[in-house]
Amino acid sequence: MWKFSSCDGCQLSLLDLEDELLALTERLEIAQFLEASSATVEGPYDVSLVEGSITTPHEAERIREVRASSRALITINGCPINKLQLLELINAYLNARRPRVRAHSVCIECKRRGTVCVMVAHGTPCLGPVTHAGCGAICPAYDRGCYGCFGPQETPNHASLDEWSPLEDRDLVRVYRTFNAAARPFREASEAHE
Amino acid sequence: MSDERASRTRTIRTDYLARVEGEGAMYVELEGDEVRDVKLRIYEPPRFFEALLRGRAFTEAPDITSRICGICPIAYQMSAVRAREDACGIAIDSGPIRDLRRLIYCGEWIESHSLHVYLLHAPDFLGYPGFVEMARDHPLIAQQGLQMKKAGNTVMTLVGGREIHPVNVRVGGFYRAPSRRELRTLVEPLERARDTALATVRWAAELPFPDARNEPELVALDDPGGYPIDLGRIVSDRGLDIAPADFDSHVVEEQVEHSNALHARMRARGSYLTGPLARYNLAFEHLCELAQAAAREAGLGPTCRNPFQSIIVRAVELVQACDDALGIISGYEEPDRPAVEVTPRRAVGHGATEAPRGMLYHRYEIDAEGTILAATIVPPTSQNQLAIEADLRGVVQRNLGLPDEELKLICEQAIRNHDPCISCATHFLDLTVQRA
Repeated sequence: MWKFSSCDGCQLSLLDLEDELLALTERLEIAQFLEASSATVEGPYDVSLVEGSITTPHEAERIREVRASSRALITINGCPINKLQLLELINAYLNARRPRVRAHSVCIECKRRGTVCVMVAHGTPCLGPVTHAGCGAICPAYDRGCYGCFGPQETPNHASLDEWSPLEDRDLVRVYRTFNAAARPFREASEAHE
Repeated sequence: MSDERASRTRTIRTDYLARVEGEGAMYVELEGDEVRDVKLRIYEPPRFFEALLRGRAFTEAPDITSRICGICPIAYQMSAVRAREDACGIAIDSGPIRDLRRLIYCGEWIESHSLHVYLLHAPDFLGYPGFVEMARDHPLIAQQGLQMKKAGNTVMTLVGGREIHPVNVRVGGFYRAPSRRELRTLVEPLERARDTALATVRWAAELPFPDARNEPELVALDDPGGYPIDLGRIVSDRGLDIAPADFDSHVVEEQVEHSNALHARMRARGSYLTGPLARYNLAFEHLCELAQAAAREAGLGPTCRNPFQSIIVRAVELVQACDDALGIISGYEEPDRPAVEVTPRRAVGHGATEAPRGMLYHRYEIDAEGTILAATIVPPTSQNQLAIEADLRGVVQRNLGLPDEELKLICEQAIRNHDPCISCATHFLDLTVQRA
């Protein structure tokens, strides 16, 4: 587990697996996880989980070193990741299968959950149609619009969504420039309204 | 021998501090028996939150500032919403919305303190590099810590939507208020957590504590209605008693070369400490009876000045937070509306609340439409850095006879006594490059 500039929330998700943490550590060796232990193991590593952003030349150098010493490198993002997705990822690795990560939008999760669409029913602006699933569509279940913290889904159609949205251009620029602002679909969407 | 020792230079350093949140290092330099230099070096890169808040709508501040810290996002959300409400002339100091705020804050204290007591701090006392290694020899202790932590996260998830960066907190209150029936599902896990917290106080009391005493000015909020969590004036044991709005005129933040986090100090008196020790010493009489009795049984009086015993104080605060949460749930009435209207106006607002690791101050200047013009955020770890360094100096002085490796371990433990949150501390705006 490697930390770069960040809030520590994504790596904390591993420690938040209160019911599974100790069982997991029986199946794998945690070689490097400074937030949890001062004991470290020299590489090479089978899997490196990477949290945070690369914001300094030193971090750019460090991430290259991590990559060079890892057979697989997985960035954990979402803001924050869902801990059950992290568990699924580790579980898939331990069982040599592909992780089941859904590629659709948050909208599908609302339908599965039985949440009434906040945009259609209440006119609440929502990024759910262009945002990657995985959180379980929490925001609409709490009567607010999705704010895109999981980043863009695979095939987002922001132009169509923005026509529906009650927001003005200025506010659309803002909502696409909050979380995952540099992810290409969100960046293009914000530039389209500038 | 004594001559040799008197002239010998020793350097005690840890380049990557483990079991703290964020990236920090420690550096101690000794010349014989004299401590020449002590530094808590914070090298986590600066994160510029105060700058990126400029030009944002104020309604976004709770969601954005929560990302300063994954362990205490509620603290950021609460200080942010209180500051905005203050700017707009609103104070939510009682009623169901305030109760819900305090409830989710209790959840955060339970989650964060359980994490620190069991996963980060206990391995120091029991002699393990980390929690996983400790759990192999002490599986029951490890399990009870995890289950108490889970209870805190369950509160966060129910009231806030998820445990890390909850989504339900907004200016004026919440997006959706939970029902009485929903809250009742928390009673059973919280009752179990309260029992665990009591057992934790008893267990922590038996740990071996190095002799130490620190005397920094202690600063905490003063809530006349209870133990300080979500509101109050800012007070200290040296006579400070100010509204959050006066924080700026009493506290100054300074850039130092060895830390990417600003150092805060009282203009008049210098270093000070916030966090569990400060709250305990200043507000012991506001602890619930159960927590007070547990503290006494553990051998603590109404004051505790040994920072190594902060692990007991955190356990006492765990009893307090569980009990407080249960009290809120039993008296909860659903509000008519989940949030009160907060109309923007051009103003400056201040908010101070008690993050698990200490007081967190926010100040925002907003325009008539609610756009943020300027933001200042002073997290607990910035405020505690000088006091932590003073602690380190004292610990080194008291333990000069220890071999380097043992001295290093006790120094690291002395830093972890204060549960530093380093990512929080490097949120700031200005980076000054000093060149010789």
